[in-house]
Amino acid sequence: MFRNQYDTDVTTWSPAGRLFQVEYAMEAVKQGSAAIGLRSKTHIVLGCVNKANSELSSHQKKIFKVDDHIGVAIAGLTADGRVLSRYMRNECINYSFTYESPLPVGRLVVQLADKAQVCTQRSWKRPYGVGLLVAGLDESGAHLYYNCPSGNYFEYQAFAIGSRSQAAKTYLERKFENFTDASRDDLVKDALMAIRETLQGETLKSSVCTIAVVGVGEPFHILDQGTVQQMIDAFEIVGEQEGPDAAAGQEASAEPEQGAGAGEGVAPMDI
Amino acid sequence: MNFMASKQPENCLLGPESDSQRTLYPYVTGTSVVALKYKDGILMAADLGGSYGSTLRYKNVERMKPIGKHSLLGASGEISDFQEILRYLDDLILYDNMWDDGNSLGPKEVHNYLTRVMYNRRNKFNPLWNSLVLGGVKKGEKYLGTVSMIGVNFEDNHVATGFGNHLARPILRQDWHENLSFEDGVKLLEKCMRVLLYRDRSAINKLQIAKITEEGVTISQPYSLKTYWEFSAFANPAQGAVGTW
Repeated sequence: MFRNQYDTDVTTWSPAGRLFQVEYAMEAVKQGSAAIGLRSKTHIVLGCVNKANSELSSHQKKIFKVDDHIGVAIAGLTADGRVLSRYMRNECINYSFTYESPLPVGRLVVQLADKAQVCTQRSWKRPYGVGLLVAGLDESGAHLYYNCPSGNYFEYQAFAIGSRSQAAKTYLERKFENFTDASRDDLVKDALMAIRETLQGETLKSSVCTIAVVGVGEPFHILDQGTVQQMIDAFEIVGEQEGPDAAAGQEASAEPEQGAGAGEGVAPMDI
Repeated sequence: MNFMASKQPENCLLGPESDSQRTLYPYVTGTSVVALKYKDGILMAADLGGSYGSTLRYKNVERMKPIGKHSLLGASGEISDFQEILRYLDDLILYDNMWDDGNSLGPKEVHNYLTRVMYNRRNKFNPLWNSLVLGGVKKGEKYLGTVSMIGVNFEDNHVATGFGNHLARPILRQDWHENLSFEDGVKLLEKCMRVLLYRDRSAINKLQIAKITEEGVTISQPYSLKTYWEFSAFANPAQGAVGTW
């Protein structure tokens, strides 16, 4: 995207009917490290790549438990993500207190989207620079949603956001038809494989990724590093050689595409 | 003239005028509500009386109403406060329906919402002067609970308000069992209501029985119970207690 005279204010439309500040906020999501989510009929798995600033520092927290039945993975400005997670936790706990019942994830997602929309229509605010993958259960089963800085939300069977997410998305597109009836463990395996796709040849080990699961009868929790490493070893993901090579080939063609597509005039928030 | 005296605004909440802003005592009241769980759902009974102090003034007051798809609310106490509660619940159910998303508030959620409302009002020393019974069925699960005007709430297999607690609950404790048929449930409720009719002076002989199952709510037409006044104790009340009338 290139600078233009309509991109200073979030409340300024371009002649083509775009809000550039909002689109720039969505770019911020693409810069964050990858987060993926996939669901079956009864379980949802969230995964993310841990990117630390330097070898000396610890990595930022990107997966948050919102309630026993809802969790969120973020990509983009993690500070914005933290604040939104606090909002979500507040909403859940207030609902639980009043109704003694868990807040349906579909309703939380709409509230979150409405909150994001406000920031696209006030001259003294800026859009949140974070994309959220919300995983949760309600009366109608397991759900995975993606909340954009634009205030839109979409429901997905599987999705990936952040840098090099296209590789993960390609993997998920190949496999998603099996997800509805997959077992919990197969779902986690697929999540790890999708994360591996975004690592571009780097070895997949439990120190570079975080996995969280929520499902019917299983409250939201982040799997500990030991369990994750065991699963990686068990599925012999590290050993698969054709994976990283094929992914590298796809990376090269995927990245220039992203840049060109955004500049061509299709407003990303419409997708 | 004292120029130093501060003028109080007309809607002042200090002094004797403040009491008129909050509920001190009930005026038009309903008496007991009795309810029990049976095989397919909940059965609830209440008469159609609205007393004005000791006068049995209103004889067509419906004290049980359906709430949403899954619940039934019965109330005793101040009738106008019951109508206010129905307004709150109307709004609640309306907003719930407006989500249009396959989720709906079940009896447990409505019961807890009412508990919050009643308790908060009690904390402000401005109670809704009611004892509520909330019953319902959702996804095969039966639910029966009660909330009082001070916010005391609990669930049980059978509940009652007011005099029903003293006269009906003992009968229910003895005769209630799991998986009552509809006919047995109604017979048991009628047994309780008959005792209340004999012994509660604010009860009238015009009642309704409501049923809620997975399919929905049915409230019967008003009817009366057969009563028997030829008991020897009624015929000659002074026999065991000389001087009584």
